[in-house]
Amino acid sequence: MKKFGGPALFLDRSDINTDEIIPAKYLTEITKEDLKPYLLEDLKLPGFDPKSDKTFGAGAVVTRANFGCGSSREHAPWVFEVNGIHVVIAESFARIFRQNMFNCGMAAIELAPEQIDRLFTFADAADATIEVDVANTTLTIKGGGREESMQFEISPFDKALVLAGGWVDYADSKY
Amino acid sequence: MGMTTAQKIFAAHLVDEPFAGTKVLGIDVVMCHEITTPIAIADLMARGKDRVFDTTKIKAVIDHVTPSKDSKTATQAKMLRDWARRHEIKDFFDIGANGVCHAIFPEKGFIRPGNTVIMGDSHTCTHGAFGAFAAGVGTTDLEVGILKGVCAFREPKTIRINLNGTLPKGVYAKDAILRVISELTVNGATDRVIEFGGPIVDAMTMESRMTLCNMAIEAGGTSGICAPDRVTVDYLWPFISDSFASKEAAVAEYAKWASDADAEYDKVIDLDLSNLTPLCTFGYKPDQVKSIEEMAGTPVDQVYVGSCTNGRIEDLRVAAQILKGKKIAPTVRGILSPATPQIYKEAVAEGLIQTFMDAGFCVTNPTCGACLGMSNGVLAEGEVCASTTNRNFMGRMGKGGMVHLLSPATAAASAIEGKLADPRKYL
Repeated sequence: MKKFGGPALFLDRSDINTDEIIPAKYLTEITKEDLKPYLLEDLKLPGFDPKSDKTFGAGAVVTRANFGCGSSREHAPWVFEVNGIHVVIAESFARIFRQNMFNCGMAAIELAPEQIDRLFTFADAADATIEVDVANTTLTIKGGGREESMQFEISPFDKALVLAGGWVDYADSKY
Repeated sequence: MGMTTAQKIFAAHLVDEPFAGTKVLGIDVVMCHEITTPIAIADLMARGKDRVFDTTKIKAVIDHVTPSKDSKTATQAKMLRDWARRHEIKDFFDIGANGVCHAIFPEKGFIRPGNTVIMGDSHTCTHGAFGAFAAGVGTTDLEVGILKGVCAFREPKTIRINLNGTLPKGVYAKDAILRVISELTVNGATDRVIEFGGPIVDAMTMESRMTLCNMAIEAGGTSGICAPDRVTVDYLWPFISDSFASKEAAVAEYAKWASDADAEYDKVIDLDLSNLTPLCTFGYKPDQVKSIEEMAGTPVDQVYVGSCTNGRIEDLRVAAQILKGKKIAPTVRGILSPATPQIYKEAVAEGLIQTFMDAGFCVTNPTCGACLGMSNGVLAEGEVCASTTNRNFMGRMGKGGMVHLLSPATAAASAIEGKLADPRKYL
């Protein structure tokens, strides 16, 4: 079973696209593992260093609206997966990216803008960590001596995919 | 209550509804290219499931990097090629016969009104121009599509866009869709189908309707859709003439896929485009759009005509009309990629290729090449491209490069001047 959560990586911008998550030039790789060094390589954000330990040590991403827009490339969820990031929390996702996450048995969690704002109040805490319980649809963020929990919703189908470990086995057993 | 086209297609293809709100659909056409499919093939092999659900419903092409540029892309092509041979997939297009997926598959008559279509490519929405539900998916959905012929979707709501009036001279489908995206914003149609209708769409060719539907994803849309009509039937006639007594009979049959008059929409947007001017993007998102008058004079290093958005014959014709007898600016690199061999041949026969070359353009083989910076036509740091493609993300055509999205006419005018330029003075 995948572990959903870990040190939080805060990406404070909307419309972060698949080219920024994994540039197209790396789509020539034919294994997921080969993507590992290129996580968020072309993302330009104030204070964000794509090559830092903070990026590669993260276990959860918190971001704003329309995350993962652009390409259908599943390389975008995969580059998170091979780096141990199995959950992305955002105001909203592009449809294909969101489905790719669940199809891989990962979690794309949508929260209201106010809840995302609450999570961002932990952004300055060096020890900010998020734990996600998909079965009970709760998440807890800790950091800077504070702690906060919230409920989230995911569709029954997406939850089933996460718990089944992905869409291939689910579909092959059922259809 | 009536139904939209998308609702009708969902109802006709429903295999299962495992949970409320999730529809598993049977898929009519599963399309594959060499970038997102090889990992699906490798995973199926690793799982001991190297099977395909129906060899006749799977279509495959090598188009993103072709001919291969290095050992890795050669391996990707080989994996797709070996797989297509192993499973006797007849509709496989390799070097000499290959073209940009969303141009070559419609050209071969593979997409019919009422179809469900998936591909591991976000611009699969292009095929909605035929009155199909066509959606881009990731590799895992593609893998399940290949193996089982099914795909799961949330039933999308539909946004109806009525394009009213008539398009002025020098203004094309590309300008219309840029206008629509600026209206909807980049995520305004997430989990929605964008249904295009109105007098302007009714009057459009299939090529122009494909340009419209191609960019539905740039507003977040699951698919674009146009109602099938006489124009659709005329385009498909070489492939369907054995199935119908007359074109009228085909039009009548396909009309069942059009939305009902009392269909319920999530939203209806009326846009009168009679006074629309040629448009151009200015930022790194497709909804950042200005008129060409505002953008004119911006220097460009490269002009690209091609892609699944605007590499079709009518696009080449309009660009060539502007380039005829002229030279592109010495500071500009002009690149033309006809989207398919058929388009290339027609362009040769009509003298369009001669016109492009005389003007100073480099003509490449059909490929997705420059559009996503994967092979030929990559920009250097700080360079600017006026492009007929569909996506202007930062670094899309090469790290540090800037892309301005515009119509083939505006691209041609910009090539002549070496800076973004209004095409209307050349028409």
